[in-house]
Amino acid sequence: MLTFLNHFINGISLGSIYAIIALGYTMVYGIAKMLNFAHGDVIMVGAYVCFFAVSTYNLPPIVGVLLAIVICTLLGVIIEGLAYKPLRQATSLAVLITAIGVSYFLQNAAQLLWTSNPKIFPNMFGGASIKLFGGELIIPVGTLVTIAACIVIMIGLTLFTNMTKMGKAMRACSEDKGAAQLMGINVNRTISVTFAIGAALAAIAGVLLCSAYPSLVPTTGSMPGIKAFTAAVFGGIGSIPGALLGGILLGIIEIFAGAYISTQLSNAIVFLVLILVLLIKPTGLLGKQIREKV
Amino acid sequence: MSSPFQKQETKMVPVPSHSIVPERDVDKAPILECRHLGIDFGGLHAVSDLNLAIGRTEIAGLIGPNGAGKTTVFNLLTKVYQPTRGTILLDGMDTAGKTTVQINKMGIARTFQNIRLFSNLSVEDNVKIGLHNQEVYSTASGILRLPSFWKKEKEAHERALELLSIFDMQDMADMKAGSLPYGAQRRLEIVRALATNPSLLLLDEPAAGMNPSETAELMENIVKIRDTFQIAILLIEHDMNLVMNICEGICVLNFGQVIAKGTAAEIQANPAVIEAYLGKKKEG
Repeated sequence: MLTFLNHFINGISLGSIYAIIALGYTMVYGIAKMLNFAHGDVIMVGAYVCFFAVSTYNLPPIVGVLLAIVICTLLGVIIEGLAYKPLRQATSLAVLITAIGVSYFLQNAAQLLWTSNPKIFPNMFGGASIKLFGGELIIPVGTLVTIAACIVIMIGLTLFTNMTKMGKAMRACSEDKGAAQLMGINVNRTISVTFAIGAALAAIAGVLLCSAYPSLVPTTGSMPGIKAFTAAVFGGIGSIPGALLGGILLGIIEIFAGAYISTQLSNAIVFLVLILVLLIKPTGLLGKQIREKV
Repeated sequence: MSSPFQKQETKMVPVPSHSIVPERDVDKAPILECRHLGIDFGGLHAVSDLNLAIGRTEIAGLIGPNGAGKTTVFNLLTKVYQPTRGTILLDGMDTAGKTTVQINKMGIARTFQNIRLFSNLSVEDNVKIGLHNQEVYSTASGILRLPSFWKKEKEAHERALELLSIFDMQDMADMKAGSLPYGAQRRLEIVRALATNPSLLLLDEPAAGMNPSETAELMENIVKIRDTFQIAILLIEHDMNLVMNICEGICVLNFGQVIAKGTAAEIQANPAVIEAYLGKKKEG
C-alpha cells in the first residue's frame, strides 16, 4: 500500500512538471494558433542557466531559478519576434516547420556551447525529505515543491486570464483576432506576452525536471516537451484546466506503467493511452466540441 | 507613400459632399472626410473615387445593392484594407499608414455584418475589452491585486453596466455572449463598440435579421446613442425604412462608385438610385 502511495505521489509530481510545460504549449496554441515545438528546448536552456548559476558561479538556488526565468522569458520573446512574427500571415504548416527548425537550432547551439557531456544538476532542495508512517514513506521536499509550484502556477494563470486586462485581451485574441484589433487590442503584443509567459513556465519546469532527474544534456527538453505536448492534447489543447488534468494523468500513468508493467514500455503505454483517448474523444478530455454550421 | 495621388491631395480639391452635412454641423469641421478614396482588388476597382464628409453629430447612411462595396468602405475606414488611392481624414488628421488598433484609438469603432463577439466571454467582459484602450495599462497591479486595480476594476464594471443599460442589458452582464439571443448579440456589438469611446461609430447592417418591432426600437436607440454621446454614426443598412427615417445624409454606392448623395427625399427621387435598385425603365 505504501509503495502504491509512493508511486502515486511520484506520479503527481512528474505530472505537475508535465502540466507546467503543457500550459506553455496550450496557451501559445490557444492564442497564436500554432504549435511551438521549440518549447521543450526552452526548458533545456532554463535548466542550463540555472545549472551554471548554481554550480559554476555558486549563486543561491533561488537566484539561479530567477535568472533562468528571466533569460528564458527573453529567449521566448526573441524567438517569437525573429522566427514566428514574420510568419503571422503564413500557413500554419510554415510556422510548424519553423518551430521544428528553432528546436534543432537551440539543441545544436547548446551542444556547441556546453558540449553533449551530461552535467550533473545540483539538488536545489538540499536533498531534504519528509518521513511519514515511522519512516516507511519518504517524500523528498523537491517532490512537494514541484506539486506546490504547479498549484500556485495554475491559480496564478487562472487569475491572470480571468481578471487582468491582458488576460482578457488574450481570450479575445484567441477567439477573434480581427475583431480584437478593431476593439483596440494590440494583437502582436498580446502574442508576445503569451510567449513570454510560456517561456517563463518552461524555465521553472526545467529546474524542477532536472532536480528530479539530474542528468542534463542538450536534448534533455525534447522528450518531456513531446510528452507535455501529448498531455496538452490529452487534456484538450487550448484549455488551461485541460493542460493540468492531462499533465497529471500522464505523469501518473507513466509512473504506474513503469512500476507495475515494464519500465521499458512505460513511454509506449503513455502514448497508447493517448491514442485510445483521442479515438473516443478527439478533442481531448476537456476540449471543446466545435460544431460546424452547415 | 510616394504615389502620384498624394501630390494631387495637396491641391485640396473642394469636396462636393459637404452639402449633406446637417445644418448644425456645417460650421464645424467634419469628423470624417474621404477624398478620392479607392481600392483595387487585382484589376477590380472595388471602390473608386469616393468623396464623403460626415458631420460631428450626423447619422449618415451608406446604401447600395449587394456587392456595391459598402463593407469594403468600412474596411478601408478601419484600415482592415489599406486604400490604394486617396485620403481619409479623421477629425482633420490624415490616417495614412495607421494600423487598425491606432484607428480605433483615434476614434473609429465598428460592428460587423456577421456578428463577431467574443462568444466565450461574458457580456460584461466583452464590453470591458472595448473599454481597454482608455485605461492605463498595468498588468502588475492586476496580478498583485493592488488597490489601484480594484478601483479601476470597479470603475470599468460600473461603466460597462452603464453602457449595457442603454439597451436594458445590464441583467445579462454575467451571461456568456454566445448564449444571448440574436437581437441581443447585435445590440451587444454596438455596446462593445461604444465602449472604445469612439467619435465615429460604424454600424454594418445593424437591423439585419430583426423583426419590425425590434427594428423600430433599434432606430430609437441609434438616435438616442447619437444624442447621448454626441457622436457621428455611419451605417450600412438594407432596411430602407430605417435608413430613410433616421439618416440625415445618405450616400448611394453602386459598383464601388457613388451614384447619389443627399437627404432621404432627394435619394428617393433620384432616377440613378431607382435604376440601380430596380433596373432601367423600359423606353416607350
